[in-house]
Amino acid sequence: MSNENMLSRRGLLMKLGMLFNGLVATALAFPVVRFLFSSITHGRGNGYLSWVPLGRVSEFPEGETRLATFQNPYVMPTDGKTVDTACWVRRVEGDQFQVFAINCAHLGCPVRWFPQSGLFMCPCHGGAYYRDGSRASGPPERGLFEYPHKIENGLVTIQAGELPTPGPSAALVGKKPPCAG
Amino acid sequence: MTQVGDWFDRRLQLAAPIREAAEHPVPRNTASWFYVFGSAALTVFLLQLVTGILLALIYVPSASEAWSSLQALNHDITLGWFIRALHGWGSNFMVAVVLIHMVQVFLFGAHKFPRELTWIIGVFLLLMTLGMAFSGQVLRFDQDAYWGLGIGASIASRVPIVGPMIVKVMLGGPIIAGATLSRFFALHVFVIPGMLIGFVSLHLLMVLKLGINEWPMPGRIVRRATYLNEYHELTKRTGAPFVPYAIWKDLFFAAFILLAVAACALYFGPFGPTGRPDPTIIQTVPKPDYFFLWLYGLLSYLPPSMETPALLIGPVVAIAFLVLLPFLSGEGEKSWRRRPIAVLTVLLIAIILGTLTHLAGYTPWSPHMNAWSGDPVPDPFLHGTTALERQGALMFQAKQCRNCHSLGEVGGQRGPALDSVAVRLTEDQLIRQVIQGGGNMPAYGKNLSPAETTALVAFLETLHPAGQAPARDAARDMAVRESGTHP
Repeated sequence: MSNENMLSRRGLLMKLGMLFNGLVATALAFPVVRFLFSSITHGRGNGYLSWVPLGRVSEFPEGETRLATFQNPYVMPTDGKTVDTACWVRRVEGDQFQVFAINCAHLGCPVRWFPQSGLFMCPCHGGAYYRDGSRASGPPERGLFEYPHKIENGLVTIQAGELPTPGPSAALVGKKPPCAG
Repeated sequence: MTQVGDWFDRRLQLAAPIREAAEHPVPRNTASWFYVFGSAALTVFLLQLVTGILLALIYVPSASEAWSSLQALNHDITLGWFIRALHGWGSNFMVAVVLIHMVQVFLFGAHKFPRELTWIIGVFLLLMTLGMAFSGQVLRFDQDAYWGLGIGASIASRVPIVGPMIVKVMLGGPIIAGATLSRFFALHVFVIPGMLIGFVSLHLLMVLKLGINEWPMPGRIVRRATYLNEYHELTKRTGAPFVPYAIWKDLFFAAFILLAVAACALYFGPFGPTGRPDPTIIQTVPKPDYFFLWLYGLLSYLPPSMETPALLIGPVVAIAFLVLLPFLSGEGEKSWRRRPIAVLTVLLIAIILGTLTHLAGYTPWSPHMNAWSGDPVPDPFLHGTTALERQGALMFQAKQCRNCHSLGEVGGQRGPALDSVAVRLTEDQLIRQVIQGGGNMPAYGKNLSPAETTALVAFLETLHPAGQAPARDAARDMAVRESGTHP
């Protein structure tokens, strides 16, 4: 009888010890998980996005599409050249602009502009887009990504900060309306 | 000497279990050259550990310095290029040997009872090997690595609901940058190798505990009730000790594989790095490493509507199938001679992967971005042409048609070769195709004036073999004849 008591007492202490470790581990798990996923929570809402100037309006001739570069607004000390980002700026006319991401809407390769044929072409899987960014042919499911933009003090400014990716809605956005006949 | 050995063994007490493991009996016919791939994979893994540590002496896992540190390894550090080449070729050999090992094990029925768990852990080891290959490609932080990460992020982003969050966790921030390289460094150097060492140990332990798979004989059926006794018979009664009876072949093959890696490293040298990882340099044609080329090919051939489901569901189904395989066929025939579906499946998968890899070698789906300015229209196509047709040939070059269409076998292969397009399409069909596009071709209606279209189509009309008339619309000819007017 006393033996059993001894065992259950030791057993209880062991269980308490496990419980104690479990509590400490749970408490430590919070900072660990928050640290691991900090790149999500940091950018919650529009946390990563800022307005970035690309250049004076006069640098972009009307009716043409030019390559522009900007520095990503969120910079870490070891980022090096990777924060420099390219984009395509199309000045339709006057203050009417379109700013396209360099990344193909298929898998993110850098698209190139061919003014002669008025097409953006992707070197990876052959996606092609018209001058207004709409899908022309190839594997992309949608048109090029566009940055929100505004003209401020004579500067073309875009809202940027995140790598554009097709996202879960890739199949839903930018689909052509059914042919009317 | 023996005294020193004894001193250590009285404390370590490892000699007896090691001797027992080394001399454990194996079925006699497993001392075969077909049974050397597992130990070869382990050998290459050890080579990767050693060369990886050597590279870490110089490599800097920082987005601003990684590329320069690789240049230093290639050009400044004595034999740095050779260690990089050994590690790069070791990676290719490791994936290849692991795949061969897997095929051999499957064809010899080694995944069946009681070795189900050995197989499942093997599947995880394959996935980790591929994970090492991909993360290693990222550490070679060059243009291919940068845009390869973009492709990875684009695929990950397609996961419903949590896709964008996965991208941020994968990249360690909003864009591909310093944090991205650091976390792939942690994966490649700490996380995956740690898991690999653990899983390889378990894998080996189970091979020792359960015994090596016997050579499959047609008609010798695996049954859960009787197999263990039958195997016992093969090993204890008629078997032979692993050391030295079978191991000499493993040793020879291990040395041969190391020699092959070294020979490739010496002859072909290290992989890259290609251009600097500067996202503003867009004159780049990113391409994955050899063992991901098939995926690159698959991604260009999947129809757009199939792509997201195939990318997200495909791997889950494939991995689930591999894990469940020993439970779906845990008993029965082991011999490949009596398992035609197994053999055909392996062949089919090999042919699909081989074909996609081969195609990705010359990427017929990618436009040749410089063909329009680089490759002239071959002379024979201009011989005896009118001014209008020559004007059309000029259009053909200037409007980048050449990037996707070849003439005289030079130019892009994205669209059909146009050497004899006039035989296939009538004038009206050519005009329609140029203006409206269709199939995989953009519409050029907005970018060609009527005069340019007329000239271009006039040139395309000349593209037919000598002695073979261009296609004509018979109904239109008849209408013209009847009305007596020219169209």
